[in-house]
Amino acid sequence: MTSFLGRRIVSSAIPLVFVVLGVFCLARLTGNPVDLYLPLSATSQQRAEFSAAHGFDDSIPVQLWDYLTQAAQFDFGTSLRTGQSAATMVLDAFPVTLQLAGVTMLLAILGALLVGSLAAYRPNSLIDRIAGLLSMIAASIPDFWFAIMGVLVFGVGLDWLPTSGTLGGAEVWVLPIATLVIRPFGVLVQVVRGSMVGALSAPYVKVARSKGAGAGRVVFGHALRNAVTPVLTVAGDLTVGLVNGAVIVETIFGWPGIGKLMIDSILQRDFAVLQAAVLITAVTIFALNILVDVCHALIDPRVRQAVPA
Amino acid sequence: MTDPADRSSGDTTPEATSVATPEAASPRTRPPRWWLLLGRDRGAAVAAVILGLVFLIALVGRLFIGDRAIRQDLKASLRPPSFDHGFYGLLGTDVLGRSVLARLIEAAGTTLYVAVPAVLCSLLIGSALGMWAGYHGGWRENIAMRTADVILSFPSLLIAVVVLYVFSPSALNIVLILAVARIPVYLRTARAESAELRSRLFVDAARTFGTPSRNIIYRHILPIALPTLLTVATLDFCFVMLTESSLSFLGIGIQPPDVSWGLMVAQGRQYLQTAWWIAVLPGIAIVLTTVSATVLAAWVRLATDPAQRWRLTLPKKRRGARAAVSPEVIA
Repeated sequence: MTSFLGRRIVSSAIPLVFVVLGVFCLARLTGNPVDLYLPLSATSQQRAEFSAAHGFDDSIPVQLWDYLTQAAQFDFGTSLRTGQSAATMVLDAFPVTLQLAGVTMLLAILGALLVGSLAAYRPNSLIDRIAGLLSMIAASIPDFWFAIMGVLVFGVGLDWLPTSGTLGGAEVWVLPIATLVIRPFGVLVQVVRGSMVGALSAPYVKVARSKGAGAGRVVFGHALRNAVTPVLTVAGDLTVGLVNGAVIVETIFGWPGIGKLMIDSILQRDFAVLQAAVLITAVTIFALNILVDVCHALIDPRVRQAVPA
Repeated sequence: MTDPADRSSGDTTPEATSVATPEAASPRTRPPRWWLLLGRDRGAAVAAVILGLVFLIALVGRLFIGDRAIRQDLKASLRPPSFDHGFYGLLGTDVLGRSVLARLIEAAGTTLYVAVPAVLCSLLIGSALGMWAGYHGGWRENIAMRTADVILSFPSLLIAVVVLYVFSPSALNIVLILAVARIPVYLRTARAESAELRSRLFVDAARTFGTPSRNIIYRHILPIALPTLLTVATLDFCFVMLTESSLSFLGIGIQPPDVSWGLMVAQGRQYLQTAWWIAVLPGIAIVLTTVSATVLAAWVRLATDPAQRWRLTLPKKRRGARAAVSPEVIA
C-alpha cells in the first residue's frame, strides 16, 4: 500500500511541477508590469526603481529561484494591484470556490448514482431515456449561455432569484450551482449507468437475487459497491474541469472566487497573485488525485496489487 | 470480436434473417449504404442535415452577406426580430444597428474555421502519437502518457487564458492552443486501442513477415482504431466549439471586429433586459450545432462498427440506448 501510494505521489507530482514552472515563465512573457503600473511620464529612473523593488530586473532564472525560496517559507509576495499579501488574497478567494465546487460535486455524484442506477436497472425505460438526454445536453450546452439564460428567466423575467452577488440566503447559490452541476451530472450519469449495467449482469447479482434480496438491496448493496470505482476516477477528472466552469460562473455572477481572481490577475499582470492562485489550485488538484487513488485502493484490492512494483 | 449476444439477437430479427436468403447469401454481403442507414434513423438524419446546413452557411454565407455583419446603422439600433425590415432584419439588430442574422452567418464561419482545424490537428497528431506509443510500449508509451497527464491535469481554460494573453488572441493561436489541449484525448484513445491490437494474431503475423512497424500501424492498426477515433473527434468538435465560445465570451478569444457566436453572447449580455435576441440567438445556434454533433457521434459509432451496424436496421424502439463514447472521453 505505501509503495503504491509513493508511486502515485511521484507520478502526480510531475504535472504539478510542470504547471507551476510553466505558469511562472508564461506570466513573465505576458508583458512588463512596469508599463501597466507606472504613468507614461515616469522617468527611466522611476521605472528602474519600480523594477528593482519588485525584482523584475533580475533574469528569469534568478526570479524563479527567489520565488521558489520564498514560497518554501510561505511568502508568496505582495499584489501589485492592492498591496495586500498574495497569500491573503488567495486564501480569501479559495474557500468560495471550494464551497461552490464541493456542493456541485456532492449534488452531481449523489444525483448521478441515483439516476444512473435507476437507468441501468431498466435499460430503455423512461428514466434511462431521460438520463441519456440529460447527458447529451450536458455535453452540448455552453455553460456561460446557460447561466445567462438562467439570469434572464429567473432573475429578470420571474424575479425569483438574484442576478448576481453572494449576499443573501440560499437563493444566491441556485443559479451558480445549477450552471456548474449540469456537466458533471450528465457525464457521471452515463458512467454510473455503464458500470451498473455491467455489475447488474454479474453472477453475484444473480446469486443475491436468487437468495431473495430485494431490488433496493441488490442495486445499492451489491452492484453499486462494485460499480463505483470508475465513477470515482471520472469524478476526480470532472472536479479538475470544474475550475473551467468556476472561471465562467464566478465572472458572470460576480463571485469573489479563485477563478475570477486568476482572470483578473492575468488581465492586470499581477504575477504574485496569479502564481499563488495557480499554486493553490495545482496543489488542490494534486491532493485530489492522491485522494482518489487512495479511495480506489481502499475500495478495490486489485488496484493495490495489479501495479507492478 | 462479435458479441455472441448481439449475434444471436441479430439473427432473430426479420431484417437479419432476410440477409440469409439464397440470392443475398454470397460469401461477401455488402454492408448497407451509409446514407440508407442514416435515413432509417430520423434523429441522426436531422442532426446530419443541421450540421450540413451550418457547414454550408459557414462556407458560402459570407459571399452573400457582404459587409452587413459590420455595417452600422444607428437609426436601426436594437430593432426586435420582425418581418418588416427585409431578410436581414428577420432576427433583429444589435445596439449598433447591425443585422443579427448577418452576424450569425458571419460568426458561423469564424466558429467553424477555428473548430475544424483544431479538431483535425489534434486528431492527426494525437492518433499518430497514440498508436505509435501503444504499438511500441515501453519508454515511448511512458513518455506519451505522462505528457498527456500533464496537459490533462490542469484546467484547459486556464492554460488557454494564460497562453492567449502571452501570444495575442488571434484565431490561429486559439486553434493551436485548442489543438494542443485536446491531443491527450486522442492520444489516450489511440494508445488503448493499439496496445490491445498489438498482441492480436494478424499483427503478430505481419510482424513475422518482417513488415516495418510503420506499415503495421498504418495498414493493420489504423483501420480498426479509426471508427473510435472518428467518434471521439465528432464529440470533441462540441468541446472545442464550446471552449472557443467560452474564451470569446471571456474576451480573450475571437476579437472584434471579427465575430463568433460566443462573442455575440458576450456582446448581447449587457442588453439582456431590453434586447434578449442579441444574446439568446447565438446561444441557440451553438446548442443546435453541438447537439447535432453529439447525436451524429452516437450514430457514427454504431454505423462504423461492423458488429453493431445491424442495430441501425432495427426500428428505433428496439435498439438499446447507449452512450456515444465512453463518457470519460468527453469529461
